[in-house]
Amino acid sequence: MATVAKKRRGRGWLKEEFGSPDRRAAYYMVLPVFLIVLAVAFYPVVDSIWLSLHGGTATITGPFVGFENYATMFQNSNFQQGLVDTIIFTVASVTIEFVIGLGVALAINRSFKGRGLVRAAVLVPWAFPTAISAVMWRLMFQDQIGVISYVAHALGLISSPILSNTHLLLIACILVDAWKTTPFMALLLLAGLQTIPEDVYEAARVDGANAMQRFLRITLPLLKPTILVAVLFRTLDAYRVYDLFWVMTGQQLESLSTFVYESVRISQLQFPEGNAAAVFIFVTAFLLALFFIKVLGMQTSTEE
Amino acid sequence: MASATAREGVAAAPTGKRERRGNLGMILFYIFLVVFVLVSVFPLLWVFKMSIVTKSELFASPPTFWPQNPTGASWSRVFSNPDFLKALRNSVIISGITTVACLFFGSIAAYSIARLRFHFKSAVLTFILAIAFFPQVAIIAPLFKQFSEIGLINTYWAAIVADTVFALPLTVWLLVAFFRELPKDLEEAARVDGATTIQAFRKVIIPLAAPGVFTAAILTFIQAWGDYIFANTFLFDSSTQPVTVIIPNFAGVHTIDYGAQSAAAVIVTVPLVVLVLIFQRRIVSGLTAGAVKG
Repeated sequence: MATVAKKRRGRGWLKEEFGSPDRRAAYYMVLPVFLIVLAVAFYPVVDSIWLSLHGGTATITGPFVGFENYATMFQNSNFQQGLVDTIIFTVASVTIEFVIGLGVALAINRSFKGRGLVRAAVLVPWAFPTAISAVMWRLMFQDQIGVISYVAHALGLISSPILSNTHLLLIACILVDAWKTTPFMALLLLAGLQTIPEDVYEAARVDGANAMQRFLRITLPLLKPTILVAVLFRTLDAYRVYDLFWVMTGQQLESLSTFVYESVRISQLQFPEGNAAAVFIFVTAFLLALFFIKVLGMQTSTEE
Repeated sequence: MASATAREGVAAAPTGKRERRGNLGMILFYIFLVVFVLVSVFPLLWVFKMSIVTKSELFASPPTFWPQNPTGASWSRVFSNPDFLKALRNSVIISGITTVACLFFGSIAAYSIARLRFHFKSAVLTFILAIAFFPQVAIIAPLFKQFSEIGLINTYWAAIVADTVFALPLTVWLLVAFFRELPKDLEEAARVDGATTIQAFRKVIIPLAAPGVFTAAILTFIQAWGDYIFANTFLFDSSTQPVTVIIPNFAGVHTIDYGAQSAAAVIVTVPLVVLVLIFQRRIVSGLTAGAVKG
């Protein structure tokens, strides 16, 4: 009896969902995007996983080898270097961007003369294609003609050319990334700050809270949802860094993404390993997102 | 008398101090802003300077701050370089078609998500938005294989298809936010008058949402214009490569032509800077839409 009732209800639900023309129209309207995303993004990921479990080359897929490609990948010194560089780059750039971005957001969270100008100026680095800003900075880091190289030499900060020293290049990449995306961080955080009602601060002031207490007890907790969104967004973006490393360092500095690119597009022998690395990036990025959502309690509700 | 003056003095002192601190704070605040703005725009200005100096000045040490003999030589070299002109055209075609495709498919889906009722709404939206976080590099090998099989490699379509999928989350996200804010009455009135869902969308929502659609178009275009990894993977011929791929390899006969590279970098970023200056208010509200609501 119970199962029959359940079945009937189930059928009724399906009928309601797909029976009415309005509902059907709703599904038809999301269908094209759904199919495009499925075919061009999700299916290739599944294909990557499949390729990563097989031997062979870019043109011929070899026999099933289990997790062997992953084992060789972890032993590959280029992959190890890429992993280390990517982690350092991600942690350092996101930290710098968050700290400066929050400072800027707090500073410009008021009305002042020239606010529009400031907002337009901070959008400039954001709007540049990453590959082109990498070219611009490379010109300025260049040993013979670069203004930054000249100044850094004159100040005694560096003794070797920036573009041929991987440590300096990593620092340069972190700074250029901070230059490019701090504005974005600041804008997101500013939008979050503007949703905190002024009364809350007023009440705290009446109760005798000083500026530091107000920041720690009101601003940070109320800003937490925005902070988590902004930091997760930037972390996943920094983690997949490709353009900046590839163009600005002249392919000298390895990141996880440049390792995949080299393996699957340039090297003839590393194709299966490259696919293993591609799956590695995908899975670790997914785990990172999960960490933000489950452990840090990021809100993912998309409903109003 | 004496005590009154003293009290007044005590009372006055803190206000004066606060005012002075306020002034100092304002000065520091503006210094901070000026530094921030200068750092943001410095590379563009400096690279522009590099593009208008003579070759000997370019290599001068110490570098000149102000151009000594401005020249248009680098700029005319760039504009007489057929590969660069082709790349500029390719970039416009790829980003333009990507933007149109994103708006077409994205607005239909966004309307359904924002306005209609159906069961798997939040799952569908999550599914689409997840792409924004995808490491692009994770799918280049399988996509390359599939594009080769259907003959898309080295055609605009390879870049357009990949760019469209990665720009769609942004387009859908923005349009959902805009559609949700539109008043429901007009649409309902249209429905009462017998319009179908599609008609209500086309005749009522689209014209009303024009400003939002326009903002989405700008942001989608900027994103597609900046693509490097897909173009660098799927296109290896200057007949289809966009500017982001051409400019890093800007070579003269034997060496890199730094002057021309500088000019080219300025040329492809200035249109974006102009867009940003004109539409900054919309771009900011678009970029931060939703992120704050959670």
